[in-house]
Amino acid sequence: MPVLTTQVDKLVQWARRSSIWPVTFGLACCAIEMMAMSCARYDIARFGAEVFRGSPRQSDLMIVAGRLSRKMAPALRRVYDQMPEPKWVISMGACASIGGVFDNYALVQGVDQIVPVDVYVPGCPPRPESLIYGIVQLQKKIESQRA
Amino acid sequence: MIDLLRSLFPAVALEPAGSIDQPAVRVPAASLVDVCRALRDRDELGFILLADISAVDWWPREPRFEVVYHLSSMTRRLRVKVWVDGASPRLPTVQEVWPGAGWLERETWDMFGIVFEHHGDLRRLLMPEDWEGFPLRKDFPVQIRLRPRAEEPLQVTEEEFRANLARDKAARADAPR
Repeated sequence: MPVLTTQVDKLVQWARRSSIWPVTFGLACCAIEMMAMSCARYDIARFGAEVFRGSPRQSDLMIVAGRLSRKMAPALRRVYDQMPEPKWVISMGACASIGGVFDNYALVQGVDQIVPVDVYVPGCPPRPESLIYGIVQLQKKIESQRA
Repeated sequence: MIDLLRSLFPAVALEPAGSIDQPAVRVPAASLVDVCRALRDRDELGFILLADISAVDWWPREPRFEVVYHLSSMTRRLRVKVWVDGASPRLPTVQEVWPGAGWLERETWDMFGIVFEHHGDLRRLLMPEDWEGFPLRKDFPVQIRLRPRAEEPLQVTEEEFRANLARDKAARADAPR
């Protein structure tokens, strides 16, 4: 019986990691790199994560690409809450991760104060390769989780 | 242009103001609306567009604020500058001259805390609605760390919420099965 469930786990997690559907959440210049990553030159379709969705209800990954202002924070949380389980979050770039150069009143100093983050991608902005690397790391994480 | 304005308003102290790229005139706050109306309505002036309202904080100098009105006609541009003192920064609204001024005055109030009298709708525009302080003032603590909020304030009152629920329930009871 344990053998059977672990095999099912593996199958389920393989299916999940192989077709990650990110929700479109570009906030600033990082979004340009995110678009580049999803387009022909870098082609995230090779890793099965190319279907950017306009609706959070159809997605399981949120790439927070850019600086998050305090006024936007409730909207980000609401989008995250609307995503069905299981769901993952990538914090893309310096601003999303720790506030970046904007150490001021208007910006949230790290989106991990609003939503739980699985992978932090450093850079300002990160190159598309970095983000692809982040997605691959996330796939490894999903693979090692229990379903 | 200044000579013409001076001949129109002999009692008002109008001065040319320093500006590198376009003419600018300094107007006392008390006669701002009258001067603005003349600037819009006189044929030889014709500044029909108020392009922007901005402000400068000269803290700790006094008078502290300088509010700048950027005007535009079909052929020319003009800046109108007004000194506002820091203790109680107030100015009359120019909404009756240019109706679009409402948004710009709202933004200036949001950022600098300059009250535009008889504005009617002086609410937060860029900052969150319950924000305290005026962030573009020089004495505003820029690097404050406030706890970010993940939830939005309720859009309806509790009574409205309960009334909506009751109406919903009644409608469902009436519906044919």
